[in-house]
Parts: sequence; structure tokens; C-alpha cells
Amino acid sequence: MKRRKLDMAALPGKAAREVDDRLGVNTPLRSLLNKVFPDHWSFLLGEIALFSFVVLLLTGVYLTFFFEPSMTEVTYNGSYAPLRGTHMSAAYASTLDISFDVRGGLVVRQMHHWAALLFMAAIVVHMMRIFFTGAFRKPRELNWMIGYLLFWVGFLAGFTGYSIPDDGLSGTGLRIASGIMLSIPVVGSWVTSSIFGGEFPGDIIISRFFIAHVLLIPALLVGLISVHLGLVFKQKHTQWPGPGRTNSNVVGERMFPRYAIKQGGFFMIVFGVIALLGGLVQINPIWLFGPYEAGVVSAASQPDWYVMFLDGSTRLMPPWEINIPIGDGYVIPPLFWPTVVLPGLLTVMPLLYPFIEARINKDRRAHNLLQRPRDVPGRTALGAMAVTFWLVLTISGANDVIADKFFISLNAMTWAGRIGLIVLPPLAYYVTYRICLGLQQHDREVLAHGVETGIIRRLPNGQFVEVHQPLGPTDEHGHSELEYVGWVVPKKMNRLGALGPAIKGFFYPIEKPVEAPVSPGLPPVDPRPEQQEIVSGQRR
Amino acid sequence: MSTRTGVHSNQVVDNPREPFDVNDPKLSRFDLVREGARRDDIEIVHYEPQFPVPGTKAERRLTRTVAGMFLLVGLFSTAFVVAYIWWPWEYEHGSGASKYYTPILGVTLGLALLGIGFGILTWGKKLLPKEVSIQARHDEPDSDEERKLTGNTLLYMVDELGIRRRPLLGVSLLAGLAPVGVVAAAPIVGGLIEQPHKNNQMFTTGWKPIVENGTTRLVKLTHHDGTPVRPEDVSPGGQITVFPGIPDGATNKYADSPVLLIHLRAKDAEEARAANQRAGKADFMWGNYIAYSKICTHAGCPASLYEQQTNRLLCPCHQSQFLITDNARPIFGPASRRLPQLPLTVEDGFFAAKSDFTETVGPDFWERP
Repeated sequence: MKRRKLDMAALPGKAAREVDDRLGVNTPLRSLLNKVFPDHWSFLLGEIALFSFVVLLLTGVYLTFFFEPSMTEVTYNGSYAPLRGTHMSAAYASTLDISFDVRGGLVVRQMHHWAALLFMAAIVVHMMRIFFTGAFRKPRELNWMIGYLLFWVGFLAGFTGYSIPDDGLSGTGLRIASGIMLSIPVVGSWVTSSIFGGEFPGDIIISRFFIAHVLLIPALLVGLISVHLGLVFKQKHTQWPGPGRTNSNVVGERMFPRYAIKQGGFFMIVFGVIALLGGLVQINPIWLFGPYEAGVVSAASQPDWYVMFLDGSTRLMPPWEINIPIGDGYVIPPLFWPTVVLPGLLTVMPLLYPFIEARINKDRRAHNLLQRPRDVPGRTALGAMAVTFWLVLTISGANDVIADKFFISLNAMTWAGRIGLIVLPPLAYYVTYRICLGLQQHDREVLAHGVETGIIRRLPNGQFVEVHQPLGPTDEHGHSELEYVGWVVPKKMNRLGALGPAIKGFFYPIEKPVEAPVSPGLPPVDPRPEQQEIVSGQRR
Repeated sequence: MSTRTGVHSNQVVDNPREPFDVNDPKLSRFDLVREGARRDDIEIVHYEPQFPVPGTKAERRLTRTVAGMFLLVGLFSTAFVVAYIWWPWEYEHGSGASKYYTPILGVTLGLALLGIGFGILTWGKKLLPKEVSIQARHDEPDSDEERKLTGNTLLYMVDELGIRRRPLLGVSLLAGLAPVGVVAAAPIVGGLIEQPHKNNQMFTTGWKPIVENGTTRLVKLTHHDGTPVRPEDVSPGGQITVFPGIPDGATNKYADSPVLLIHLRAKDAEEARAANQRAGKADFMWGNYIAYSKICTHAGCPASLYEQQTNRLLCPCHQSQFLITDNARPIFGPASRRLPQLPLTVEDGFFAAKSDFTETVGPDFWERP
């Protein structure tokens, strides 16, 4: 029998044919490779959240190999000398072991915590981008709701995560959480005792939080994130207005290879930054807090940053207790309003915002083009108002630290927060609205009159005027009839290519700036002659 | 390559209706890519190699830069592994080389990952051709005709099941499924639910006098280590945290029991006594000593920052402030209820609690009387 020669070059093609015969993936694969994505830096914020989540999964699985979610009391006997001999829960002891007795455990633990902080931060910034550019409008309302829920699920993931080490700080957080649950009218005490398995702290809450933190919540996150990305894929990404960009097309790059490579590189950078933070910047040093004891707390007990706004709202709440004089009497404690009602409102209202806005504007069309925040002053101002409200609460969550560091009275900080919470958001609304209108007007002005050149001309009558470079054909008054198209209006001469480009390069200019224009009457001046350095004359 | 593709692509754009023969040997690979994209409704309108002339100095410099980054990745990864194995890592008290273990791991790992990141980012951004493609969204809704067909397919399913004609089936199915739902919920709800008022636990603490063999024994005030507290242990103006002198009294098993024992100065004690009297707690103090629950009535943190000059007790969690000389009345912050006071006495030279707290300890809840 004659041996057939193996043709190596034809092998991949042959294999591909065999695969396609069976799976029929040819056309779907090509359209996937060719799918077009628009590009803009602001579209990468959500990516940071996604990439941090991947890092969270990787580091989190590692940590479960060493963490013991148990409240059994043990005597610590590990390497960390100051706590040796202390009674503590097995959860706290195993977290100490991860930090001191597992080789390289601390860097992974700190990476996990930093990734969580970054995850929440990226979600918040991404959400602001979506809000301020109107990307939530039809047909993307559902994805806005999923994204918003992702914030709250991430919030729960973070809270359960930093509670389970059972250190002094997180135990205090759990104590407050139990107080919040207790404050719910009618069912509060039942909810608390059911979750904690009896009176606080009980001996089961760490195990329950653990399974929520490593299984239930991550499963929910993975599910929601998958739908979130699936919808972005199905509905195609929004894009900024610009040349050739319409509501019914996507202008950008095909996904493979360049776009995908950039995404992969960006993932590695996010991962690398988290690794640097995990190694260099200490986070949640639980060994300094000691084990949780009900009678011990220190000043500056702050939760992670994304919980601080609730801490702040709790601090600012006046002591308004509602007594219901029926039978033995019933109470609605002041704690109920800032920690149950406020988050409840904050969950529901933004979820419905896309529908509310569409209803007010009687807008039933689908929108695939983004809006510049200045072009929708009402929404932008509302967003600024919400951000201000949230900032006042977050700052109030650290008001004791601020009072201490800046030598301000603590009570004054509380009152400043209470007043600021009411006064500042409307103020932010007004200021933002005016800024938006001003920016809009300036855009129209540049379109009509042209770009300021910085060249002053003296008219025969002695009047000085600045020469403007029109952006289009002008009428006899030097005005152009250009329409605003919802995108950046060039406002500097070098944006028009009329001046030398801005100098690039970090340490030294790569391109030389253009030579300064020289007036014929004044020839270039010679550089100053080198002068000998003057030394002190002293000899050593 | 660029000029070639340019010429061919122009032909395609100029004559979009000309039949495209994929087997035409004259076609470049890019022409096939462009045709594939076109069939997916994607028009590659601009395609520009970053280096039209291959092998320029700039291109070679960029290639070297990317290669250099990849080599750095190898270097830092190796450094990571070397440090992981040989750098002293075990914790030692004070300063030492092991303090740098975590930073070294983080820096080497971080730089290695950043190297990969910036390497492939530079490769993609600076070396690969730039392009602008336009894809049609095709997001216009289906025609009413299509929708009608789908809708009727769905409705026909209901017809086939025949629930309209045979209502008994629907009713019985619902009647059967509702209990199944309860079956699914029962073990979760039933397993988790806990009676909050078991043993009257929300209204009693570790200070409740112990009844043994018909005799009642008062609970001693003890230090954290279990030794009983004598009046001499606290100097005037001073304060200590005390725990019930029972087994596990200082552990989290009795998380509602920590108490702050304060030795007031004579003048403040006078004031506090008068306030006690007004509140009907005339005999709660012992001498100039007064004791309040440390568990804040707001959210349950230990209210433990005692300001001696003003006799205020501050909770560090939410800054509620309680005035010790006025029955621990909340005077600032979100707390709305006084701290419960522990009635004190001295037995055989040691402090003891005359009884349990007369008010509810800890955060407020609905059915608190």
C-alpha cells in the first residue's frame, strides 16, 4: 500500500471543515469575528468592573482553600505573636493564618479586597456614565435595571465578605446589621433571630454569610453579569454621534483581532494594578483589630467605602422615635428610616428612572446614539443632585475622622451633614443646569462665529477685535450656518490642524513644536551666551 | 500589501453588484475578509496599515519595545517565583526581611501582568492596522405580520391544551401546585425561623440574679479575666468595663451584658444621684459609683468613649452622646433612648448587681414595651 503523504499545510483547513460539518459554526463564527464595536474611553469603565470580578473569582477560590467559616472558639497559636494565646473564633484564626502562615496568602487576601473595592467603584462610575449619556433609554431599560441590581448584589457580596473574618471591626458591622434588622416594624425581632439563629451574635452567622458569599451571591452575580453582557451583545453597543454615525448603524472596529487584543491587554492591566495594590497598599489589617468582642470598639470604625453612605445617613438621622400607644406600646426606632427605608427608596426609584424619563418626554423611540450631558441639562442636573446627596452621606460616614483630622467639632460635622444633605443637592441641580446651558451656548457661539485665534486686530477706527477662524462658509457678517450635531465642537486652533499639534511624550517631546512665528521687523534674537558656572570658591 | 488591497477594495466598492467569485485566484486574502464582512452587513470603509512602508525605523523600534515588554514579563515572573521560594516569609516580630515578602510578591506579579498588558496593548494599538467599519444594527422591530404569526403560535398552544374547554384541569392544577410551592418553602422557612423571645432572651442579660436551690445569688461585677471588681479598682473620674461574673460572662455569649462602671467625682455624683431620684432609681448608685449598659440603644455598638470633663459617653459608631449625670439621656446624635442603668451594691467588698437591668438593653425593636 502506498503511504499517503501528510500535507501539514492543509491540516487546519481540513480539521475546520470536519468541525463545521458537525457543528455548523461557520457563519456564526464569521459574524462574531466581524462584529463591530464602537470605541471610546468611557466604554471601558464597565470593563474594569468585569475584569475585577474575574480577579475576585480567582483570588476568592484560592482563599476558600484556607478559610474556615466557623465560630467555634479556639486559642490562637499561630505566627502573629501579639495575639498568641487569645481566644477567638476559628474564622478569625484562619484569616490570621491566611495572612501570616500561608505563604503568599496575604497578597492574595489583599488583592481580593482591593478587587472588591475596585469592582464597586467601577460599577458606580460606569453607572454614572450610562446615566449622564442617556445610554439607559429604550431599548436598554432592562440592562439599566440589571446593572443597577448588580450594584446592590455587589454591595451584599462586599458586606458578607468583609463580615466573615469575624474581626473586631467586622463584628461591629454585624452588630449594626443586626440592629438594622431589629428596627424593621412588626417582624424585626423575628427576622434577626432567624438570620442569626437566636440572639446576636449566636454561633451560626459566619457559616451562613460564608455560603451566601461564596455560592449564592456569586451565582447571582455571574447570572446577572451574563445577561448584562448578552444584552449588550444582542442590542449592540451605543455610540457617540459623529460623522457617518446614525441611530441605525455601529461605526467602529471589528472585534477581532485589534479590539479583542486591546480588551485582553486592558484586562491584564487591571489585574496588574490590583496585584500592585495587593502587594503595596495595606487593606483591612484584621490583626490590628483583634477578635470581635461585644464590649470593644475603637473610634474611626468605618465600613468599606460603598457602605459608608448608609453609615452616614445613620449618623445624620435625628433621634425621631415613633411610639404607638397600643397595649404595651410599640416602637419604630429612628434607625429604621436611614437604613431600611432609604436603601429601599434608592433601590426602587433609579430602577424605574428610564420609564419615568420616557414618560415625561413622551419619548417612545429607540435610541442608539448617546447624548452629551450638556445637551440634556435636566437629566444632568438631576444626576448631579443625586451624586451630591450621595457624597454628603458618604462624607458624613467618616465625619468623626474628618472632625479629628481637621480639628472640627464632631457635633458641627453632624449638623453640617444634616443641613448639607437638604441644601446642597438642589444647589448642585441649579449650578449644573446653568453650566450645561452655558456650555450649550458656547458650542453654538463657536459654530456661528468660529474658533478664537488669539490674534487681536486693530480696526481703522481704533477698535480692537479678536480674529475668529470660522468653521464653515460664512455670510457677509462672518457668521456660519452650522448645525450642532451632538458632538464635540472644535474650540482650539490646533484641533483644526491650524497650529502645531500638542507636544506628545511623557518625559521629552517626540515632535518638535512648530517654530514661533517671527515678525519680519524683528529678526530672531541670538540665544544667551553660555555663562561659566559661578562656584563658591570654597575648596573641600 | 496596502496598495494591493487598496486597489482591490476600490473595485469591490465601485461595483457592489458584480458577482463575487471567492475562487478567483487574483483575490487577496483581505478581499475575502472584506467580502465576508460585507455578507454580514459590515462595510470596512477605512483600512489603514500603521506602517505603509514595511521595515521602517519607527516600526522596528516599536517591535523592539513590545518584545522588550514581553521579556520583562519573563524577568518579573521569574523574580516572583524566586522570591516566593527563597525570600524569608515567616512572620517575625519587629522589622526584618520578611516584612518585604508581600510587597515583593505584589510588585513582581503586578509588573509582570502590566508587562503583558502594555505589551499586547501596544502590539494591538500601534502595530495592527487601523480601521473603521460600519455595521447595520438591524434593530427595527419585526413586522406586525411576523408578530401575529408568533402570537398565534403561542395562543394555539393554549388552545391545544384546552384549558378553556376543560376548566377543571386548570383549577385542579393550580390547587395542586400551590401546596407544592409551600412544600418548597417550608423547610427553608421552618428551619431558619427562630422564636426571638425564647427564654425571654431579649429582655434578660447575664446580670439576672441566679436562683439556685431556693436561694437567690446576685451576680458579681468582674474584670475581663473573671476577677471580681472592688470599689478601690476604679479611681475617681475613672471608668472600667465590667462583665457578669458567670461562666462565659465576658464572652460574646453574653453580648448584651458589658457594662461601664464609672466612679464619678463627688460633685458629679451628687448631680447623678438627684437625677436618679427623679427617675425613681434612687438606690441604683453605690456611693459615687454608677453603672450603665455599654451597648448603645441605637445600633448596638459599645458606647465606650467617656469624656470625663463633661460626663458624656460617646458611641464611636454613629456619635450618639449620652449624659451620664442625667440618667444617660441621649443629648446628641441618632439614639433616642437612655442607656439602661445597672443597680449596684457591694457584697463582701466586691461589686454586685442588685438585679438585672430594668430597661431593655441594646437596639430598639417593634415590641419593646
